[in-house]
Amino acid sequence: MDEFVKLVLEDGTEYLGKSFGASQNASGEVVFTTGMVGYPETMTDPSYKGQILVLTYPLIGNYGVPENIVIDELSMNLESEKIQVSALAVSDYSAQCSHWNAKMSLAQWLQQNSIPGIYGIDTRSLTKKLRDKGVMLGKIIGKGNIRFYDPNKSNLVSQVSTGKVKIYGKGTTKILLIDCGAKHNIIRSLLKRDVTVIRTPWNHNIFNMNFDGIVISNGPGDPKMCRPAIQNIKKALSHRIPVFGICLGNQILALAAGANTYKLKYGHRSQNQPCTDNKTGRCYITSQNHGYATDTKSLPGGWNEWFFNSNDKTNEGIIHKSGIFRSVQFHPEASPGPLDTGFLFDEFIEVIRQNGR
Amino acid sequence: MELYKGGILNRYEIQVLGTSVQTIINTEDRDLFVKELSKIGVLSPRSTAARCVKGAVKAAESIGYPVMLRGAYSLGGKGSGVAYNRKKLLGMAKRAFSSLPQILIEEYLGGWKEIEYEVVRDKDDNCITVCNMENMDPMGIHTGESIVVAPSQTLTNSEYHKLREISIKVIRHLGIVGECNIQFALEPNSEEYRVIEVNARLSRSSALASKATGYPLAYIAAKLALGYSLPELENSITKITKACFEPALDYIVVKIPRWDLQKFKRVSKKIGSEMKSVGEVMSIARKFEEGLQKAIRMLDIGKQGIIDNNINFRKIDESLKAPTDKRLFAVATALRNGITIDEIHNLTKIDKWFLYKINNIVQVYNELINQPLDNQLLHEAKQLGFSDQQIADIKKCEELDIRRLRKRCNVLPVIKQIDTLAAEYPAATNYLYLTYNGTENDVQLDNRKAVLVLGSGAYRIGSSVEFDWCCVNTVRTLRKLNYRTLMLNYNPETVSTDYDECDSLYFDELSFERVLDIYDFENPLGIIVSMGGQIPNNLAIRLHESGVYILGTHAEKIDMAENRHKFSMLLDKLNIDQPSWKELTNIKDIEKFSDLVGYPILIRPSYVLSGAAMSVVENKKYLYDFLKKAASVSKKYPVVVSKFIENAKEIEMDAVAKDGEIIVYAISEHIENAGVHSGDATMVLPAQRLYVETIRKIKRIGKQISKALDINGPFNIQFVATRNEIKVIECNLRVSRSFPFVSKVFKINFIELATKIIMKQHVEKPEKSHFELDYVGVKAPQFSFSRLKGADPTSFVEMASTGEVACLGDNFSDAFLKALLSTGFKIPKKTILLSTGPVESKADFLASTRKLHNRGYEFYATRGTAIFMKNNKIPVKVLRWPLEREEPNVVTYLREGRIDFVVNIPKNYHEEELTNDYVIRRTSVDYNVPLITNLQLAKCFVDAITSYKVEDLEIKSWDEYS
Repeated sequence: MDEFVKLVLEDGTEYLGKSFGASQNASGEVVFTTGMVGYPETMTDPSYKGQILVLTYPLIGNYGVPENIVIDELSMNLESEKIQVSALAVSDYSAQCSHWNAKMSLAQWLQQNSIPGIYGIDTRSLTKKLRDKGVMLGKIIGKGNIRFYDPNKSNLVSQVSTGKVKIYGKGTTKILLIDCGAKHNIIRSLLKRDVTVIRTPWNHNIFNMNFDGIVISNGPGDPKMCRPAIQNIKKALSHRIPVFGICLGNQILALAAGANTYKLKYGHRSQNQPCTDNKTGRCYITSQNHGYATDTKSLPGGWNEWFFNSNDKTNEGIIHKSGIFRSVQFHPEASPGPLDTGFLFDEFIEVIRQNGR
Repeated sequence: MELYKGGILNRYEIQVLGTSVQTIINTEDRDLFVKELSKIGVLSPRSTAARCVKGAVKAAESIGYPVMLRGAYSLGGKGSGVAYNRKKLLGMAKRAFSSLPQILIEEYLGGWKEIEYEVVRDKDDNCITVCNMENMDPMGIHTGESIVVAPSQTLTNSEYHKLREISIKVIRHLGIVGECNIQFALEPNSEEYRVIEVNARLSRSSALASKATGYPLAYIAAKLALGYSLPELENSITKITKACFEPALDYIVVKIPRWDLQKFKRVSKKIGSEMKSVGEVMSIARKFEEGLQKAIRMLDIGKQGIIDNNINFRKIDESLKAPTDKRLFAVATALRNGITIDEIHNLTKIDKWFLYKINNIVQVYNELINQPLDNQLLHEAKQLGFSDQQIADIKKCEELDIRRLRKRCNVLPVIKQIDTLAAEYPAATNYLYLTYNGTENDVQLDNRKAVLVLGSGAYRIGSSVEFDWCCVNTVRTLRKLNYRTLMLNYNPETVSTDYDECDSLYFDELSFERVLDIYDFENPLGIIVSMGGQIPNNLAIRLHESGVYILGTHAEKIDMAENRHKFSMLLDKLNIDQPSWKELTNIKDIEKFSDLVGYPILIRPSYVLSGAAMSVVENKKYLYDFLKKAASVSKKYPVVVSKFIENAKEIEMDAVAKDGEIIVYAISEHIENAGVHSGDATMVLPAQRLYVETIRKIKRIGKQISKALDINGPFNIQFVATRNEIKVIECNLRVSRSFPFVSKVFKINFIELATKIIMKQHVEKPEKSHFELDYVGVKAPQFSFSRLKGADPTSFVEMASTGEVACLGDNFSDAFLKALLSTGFKIPKKTILLSTGPVESKADFLASTRKLHNRGYEFYATRGTAIFMKNNKIPVKVLRWPLEREEPNVVTYLREGRIDFVVNIPKNYHEEELTNDYVIRRTSVDYNVPLITNLQLAKCFVDAITSYKVEDLEIKSWDEYS
């Protein structure tokens, strides 16, 4: 019989459940995602660094976890080399899993990564609380106690970014990826399009390198903490180097352009966010994971809102009138989530090629 | 398609909105469909047509064994099967080519996962998938026959989104505007897939998906067809988000089909590629185990959960391998018997994840047997969907004991909302379910006075949309009267489960336990049990005894009408005649009673071994046969025997009363004589051929019964009438199947009146002139025999029809013919086969035969009938009986389409053996030849077609009849 553990929120609410995964305590910011599939992809997404993740879909663990094949610091099938969340909270954990691709159960994977999990709690009630009161700090406690920990006060990006420059692929077009905690499918998506990807640390001095365009990755926490990256992008803008930002990259591009960002009450973490292209009126279903957003009203002249969220009208992307600087708040690389906006990579590569001519 | 092909759309310049006709053609025509898919590199099952054995082998070898063999252009899957190797294929192909010119050799996908997506696309090319679903029963079993979960449970992100992306690609390429359904086969050990089919329209699965997600697919599809775009439309559940999104569920939905195969003799219980189920249930839960056990109870087949000790699986391997309607229970039994999950998986191909979950139920069942019921075990059992009754059965106590224990231990269900986005945004949704896997209610108590209406559950033979119509009208009336309306039902196909019909929709079990749970929470003024048919009616008395306030007629009166003994005593007291009957517990007494009242008798067992539950018995020999084969009789299982009255008319009274005084009533007659179940009978309103005296007597009896039972609300009485006697067969203090029909014919909403009366509102008695109609309504049954392979297509005392139609006309023949044509009947062109049964019916049908003869029809007949006709100077060609296997044979003529219409009158009330008559009836159905098996009906049909041509039938709207 699994041990009893509890999830304690900073407002004092407690959820009593049972332990799976590593048997240890953990604290962080409690956030929820409403995606119904893809827990291995979600849990390895570095944007979740420092967070206790609540999955609103109740039945979790069904298809186990595949082997994470990592070659040259690049995961071939998941979003980073390891689990990034601080802890996992679910309603109904399937101890037995069934899938041809499963290497181990979710619990075993959590144990391997020393990450605790809690199951058997009312995740809907918890989600409603987070929705109404905003994200909160929380901790999972078995034996003993630990302090609450606010990850937003740390520079999380520095914890998840790559340590050194890495080069992947042999394409003629060279794309520099500012890795703020990039989901590896961004790299895989670019490589599929036959380009060379130069993956650099978030604060790297990039201008002594040779490249045709920049992709700013997703990443955890407050974009304003990424000052070196913002500075680099400012410089790139003045040099008219094509830039494509994703998620945190959208916010970094906005800040570099002179706009402002702010923290959302409980963020967007799901695979069903409708985003409308301002120019065409077309609406795409997107995968998202962010707690901060760009303030559209603060965009300086020459910049436009590219996409907006059809549900709450928040910013989902910005574009410079030249077209060569652009970014989206959602994840065109998906994984997990719908693949509808993968064409944005093609568009950006086309922008680079046009620009080079 | 017919309108398009017939040039009607063109001629009248009618625009087809939404998905174009060409797109529909591209999805319906197999060759075009495959071609379209290959244009965009999407895979469909490989298939090659072969015209000879050699060709078949070549095709099989290029595809690779095993292959599926399918007869092209053959009916009923004739010649189809799986060939695992060359040798088998040779044999099968030889056999197939002996009767077929062409066969298809197809890639065999048995055991692949079957996955569906519901896709929505607008004119601007915005495209979303609203829901995906996974069949627990893999490929090989029709999705309508499968247990289905939503969303998919065993698919990874990569599989889920790969199939989603292909769905969108296909739907874009095909150019669908609106809603459609796409089905995939997914190889269980790789990401190989095949697109099986696209339904370019709303389907059964779409209805399920709408209810599973709360996303109103039909509403949105209609808007898209009108030219709206998805981002323009709002999400009608949240009202603050948009329709252009994909619902995120935070629960699991389990659908189980409802079969009624035991109603049909000779129908195989096996399930497979053809649909045999007649309805379905959907449960909502936060664990698969909870959802599964809930859904099993919702089926209303007497099972409290997946573990059932009353089914004997003699060969468990076979029960697992060859699926029947009972396979689910076989899986649980196998697990209890220690058969491993691997073995069960090998036999069933059901994904192990589902088996693990079922095993969890089995484990807790064993714990319940072996361990004391402490708080933790009780809680765990409830979380896995065990009902109080199920636990009480194991613990040998009463259901209410468990309920009391639960309340004491604070093991209570919570009410959760379905809000389409997993609580991400606040939603004022009223779409609710109950679960034990949660700690917090989503809803706040509302103090407005509420009324709970109990729905009708799954569609099955005997209970279909008519009860739902009654429930919906009840709720609408209650809303007009300013009550807060609570609806409880679980049938995803119904209108009553549309969340906008009521103030709170409880999509959950219609059980004693669940009604009490909701009653405890909502504390309504009372509940209405008289609108949803037999399920709520059966709950009434127990609920009443538990302190639930039953609105309308008093629960004790319901008992008085339901309880055979009490009702019989009441009739005696009122001096109302009834067929003699007795409840008996041994064969000797049955024999004695039958001799006393005289055969035929109607016999109704309380425990059924096989086949139909009720039968008419003409003699002692058959009585023994029946009791031996079909029913057991003992002190525990008594049978009710009653005198069966021959050549009697059946008459029904549907009425609404207030304080025992009838406010409105409708008296309808059956065309068929007594002996045909009222649900299978053709009904005429107003009754056309009753004596004024008969009607007067019926009204008088209705008044007496209504007064005696102090009825407040709807009721129905069934009568049999012979020339001068009227007897009451039964009385139900609830709506009957025909309430919608009588309301629509009279243009008086009986349900609205009944609801007002139930709520003690003032109602006016409609003026008498309202009941004097210048037109006639006819309601005819719709049978599904063509889909129920092997079933004997005729009507006996057990109901067999699966639907109904009703038409109005200026006179009886007009309305009757319209109704019959609406069920798919075709007017014969030239040739008619007669086989008219016993000599009395031959004589009875003579005048009709002459009429047909005068109209120029040509006759074929079987020997006896032919002799009779020749003696009466009607020209006829004799055909051999089917089993004589000599030409010219009836069967050959039917197969070759040389007969346009068949009249075959059974010789008795139960025809058991595989007779010539059965073969004639069955062949007619299999080859789509119109068939009538009832003498009265045949006569009416002849009258109608000899006085009307189809062109003469006037098409008028409902409003034009006044």
